[in-house]
Amino acid sequence: MEWSVLQQYGPSLLKGFGNTILCWALGTVFGMALGLVIALIQRYAPRWVRWIVQAYIEVIRGTPFLVQLFVLYYGGPLVGLRLDALPAGLLGLTIYGSPYFAEIFRSGFRAVPHGQIEAARGIGMSEADVVRRILLPLGLVSSLPALVNFSIILTKETVILSIITVPELLYQVQRMSAETFRYVEANLVLALFFWGLVETISRVGLRLEARITKHLIERT
Amino acid sequence: MFSLAVFFQSFGPLFWAARYTLLISVLGIGLGIVIGTLICAARLSPYPQLRSFAGIWVSFLRGVPLLVQLLVFYYALPVIGLDVPAMVAAVVVVGICASAYISEIWRGAIAALPKGQAEAADAIGMTPVDVWTRVILPQAVALSLPALINELILLVKASSLVSVVGILEITRASQAQAATTFRPLEVYIAAACIYLLINLCLAALGRYIEHRTNV
Repeated sequence: MEWSVLQQYGPSLLKGFGNTILCWALGTVFGMALGLVIALIQRYAPRWVRWIVQAYIEVIRGTPFLVQLFVLYYGGPLVGLRLDALPAGLLGLTIYGSPYFAEIFRSGFRAVPHGQIEAARGIGMSEADVVRRILLPLGLVSSLPALVNFSIILTKETVILSIITVPELLYQVQRMSAETFRYVEANLVLALFFWGLVETISRVGLRLEARITKHLIERT
Repeated sequence: MFSLAVFFQSFGPLFWAARYTLLISVLGIGLGIVIGTLICAARLSPYPQLRSFAGIWVSFLRGVPLLVQLLVFYYALPVIGLDVPAMVAAVVVVGICASAYISEIWRGAIAALPKGQAEAADAIGMTPVDVWTRVILPQAVALSLPALINELILLVKASSLVSVVGILEITRASQAQAATTFRPLEVYIAAACIYLLINLCLAALGRYIEHRTNV
């Protein structure tokens, strides 16, 4: 590829990369928050609420992300939900990620020894305190590897947002290659870029995970 | 408001298009199993070059989004002078991508087998080929069947991405349907229902197999 091309399209590519990171970071954070709420609902809510939540999980996990985005972005306006591409993408990513995060939290909670929870109740902790001081800290530590892993998977899902015209990296690359006719080079470079990104994030993730769990294990 | 008429009418064409979704997913996993087995063999082989090739293969395919792989392949084919139908390109890309995950599934299943089994087989005088074909592989395959069904479910969902290279599977068909009826909400929800139906059936099959192998 010629350097002038990069010079011309550099700013838009950078902006695209910024949007990719933005979508990924916010989508992960919101998705994790929603997933945590779902996991707690599944633990404490009455049975009929749990059924509704379970149906939500099955529907989201059983359908492609792309179709979910289409329903949200193209179908939403018919029921009065009119969103721009970027917020729609963020909302879509949050919804898509939430059941996976919920399942991760759920199995994390299940890994907390039952005796610990009973002991906390036994010494007179309120149920809210049990959740806040026993269930969450212990459950989160054992969910950490799976959380890191799924966050990495979400970086790859962000490219699908380009199909509903969210101006993220792939969208900008597509635009650039449509104007310069350099489809092969542009997409190949993008592939290598993502490879590097995912490899880097997973290395960092592993190190972070080791540090956090080591710290917590030492203290407990 | 939500039009039930449009919703139900779109099932016809979408079910018809579901053939391609199923075809791509099933052929994709078939190709993925063939390549994945070779990659797994390379990964477990005593040759360092083969091992590192397999390692790079898996890391690249798992690190690059499927959509980007699809676009690279789709645009690169004409450049290197190969003029294959989009359908073939889609199956090949889906299969290659799946191979990375399937080789990891095999590797996990083989690693999960007790080491004593291979040693015992070796001790009673089985040839290395027999050890693999009669002791290790049958058990590894049985162990990894649920994971393979899971991979198939992922492929059914991932196959929605081949709509961007113009294959008329469920997602592409629903886009066309939405464009003609001007009712994207109903049509896309119908598409989601069909995907859900396929995946719930596959999940049930997975549970059945898991149950049978556990007994």
